[in-house]
Parts: sequence; C-alpha cells; structure tokens
Amino acid sequence: MNPIAVKYLSGMDTSSNLSRDFMLKLELRSHPTLLCALRGALEPLMETLGFPDEQNRAIIRAVDEAVSNIMRHSYEGRPDQPIEVRCNRLERHVNGEVEKGVEILLFDCGPAVDTTKIQARSLDEVRPGGLGLHIIRSSMDTVEYMRADGLNQLRLVKYVRPAKDGCGSTEEKPK
Amino acid sequence: MKIATRHVDSATILDVTGNIDMANSPEMRKALLSEFRQKGVTRVILNLSGCQYIDSSGVASLVEGLKASREAGSRFVLFGLNASSKEVLKISRLLKLFEIYDDEEQAIAS
Repeated sequence: MNPIAVKYLSGMDTSSNLSRDFMLKLELRSHPTLLCALRGALEPLMETLGFPDEQNRAIIRAVDEAVSNIMRHSYEGRPDQPIEVRCNRLERHVNGEVEKGVEILLFDCGPAVDTTKIQARSLDEVRPGGLGLHIIRSSMDTVEYMRADGLNQLRLVKYVRPAKDGCGSTEEKPK
Repeated sequence: MKIATRHVDSATILDVTGNIDMANSPEMRKALLSEFRQKGVTRVILNLSGCQYIDSSGVASLVEGLKASREAGSRFVLFGLNASSKEVLKISRLLKLFEIYDDEEQAIAS
C-alpha cells in the first residue's frame, strides 16, 4: 500500500476565489531514471492546460528539480522510496478576470525538512551545485513547503501568462 | 544518455544524445574531466544538438568541465543547445560564461 495515499493531505490554499480540479496523479519510486518519464508525462498535460512552450518548460524544470531534491536529500539516494505527484487545474478570479493555472503537489515520506537550512545559494559565485532551489523558485509563481502527518508536501503553482513577443528568446538582459 | 567521441582537426567533439539529468550527469562529468585532466585535450567541443534536457546537476557537470578546461589551459566549447538548455544556463546566470555556438561549423572554426 502506498503510504503517501494513506496519509494524503488536501491542498493548502482554500481561498474562496480559487477553484481546483483534479487532473493527474503519478506515483513513482525515487529512482533517478524515472525523472525522464515524469517530464514526459507532464509536458503534454501542461500544454493541455494552455501553457505556452516557455512556461511549459519552466514548470517541467521546477518539478524535475523538486523531485530530484526529494531523491537526493529526503531519501538520501535510496531508489525505492515512494513519491507522489498530483496535478490540479486552478482557476482564480482576480479583478473580474479569470486566471488559469496549475497546482502541483509533491509528497514524500522522508524526514522533515529543516526549512531554516534551505537557501538558494548566491549566483555570483561560479561553482557546481546548489542551483536546484533557485531554478524552482524562478520558474513558479508559488513555492510552499509544509509537513503534516509524517509527509513532506511541496506545493508549486503557476498561472498561465500570455506568451511574450519573441517567446523562446534566451538572451540575457544586459546588467 | 550516450556520449560518442570523434576528432576533427585538433578538437575532440563529444556528441551527446539524450538527457543530462540526475540519472547520468556523473557520466557527463567523468567524460569531461577525462578529456581535460587525463587526455590533455586542448579543445573539447560538446555537441548538445541531440540533448533534449539538462537539469541543475547537468549544469554542474558542465561547470566542472569548464573549470577543468581553465585549469588545463584548454578550451571548452558548446554548440547545438535547444531552448530548454539555454534557459537553464540563463536562469543559472551561466549563459555568458560558456563559449556557445549555434552549429558545429562555427564551433570548429572558433
């Protein structure tokens, strides 16, 4: 039996102007070779939800980095531990407009995360490692962590934005 | 991920096929460090045109390769990056750090 499903938590944001529809649930083991399968499953879903290519890639990147962090830190590289990914379609009303988005909830059974020790490192220093959290935060609108009933839950939210002119440009802005 | 090695003029070209993520970034790192530290290659050109996705651990392996190239007095050149690969380097503020070309012809001529 999946220990995550047994202890499943409801979403955290219960704002009255927010509606949530369940779309997809994936259960996977903490084996790094499954990251590719996870990305492959999410990409068409994000397209279905209306995300332009660049935003779609940002979401995939954030989820991939978050799940990699679970594998690396929460499960310390053990490849047979449970991870659950749940995707909900969101709609919220802001100033009379309807904004559509996605809520992605990641669950794992690892030890509680010491949030005081989670910090994205400075990007001024050129060195390998420590980029995952920065990538997650820069890719999503909301990144929230909570611990309840013995589970770590990471909530990632992103709303659809109109594609920018020259979408896909990756030129760095002048400093 | 697969890495194939070939030689053009004085350059060693590594053709990468697949993804560079947590599952195989150690292999990428090992291949790059081997070229710079053990084989003493003066210029390594990494062909990423067959690479669909690079995650932060893949970026870390490229940074290690770049550092090893500098320590060895060699050059480390990339080409064929797709939008996703450019974006992850941009987010990491590393896009300008690497020597990047659009295609193999430009990379070899550089």
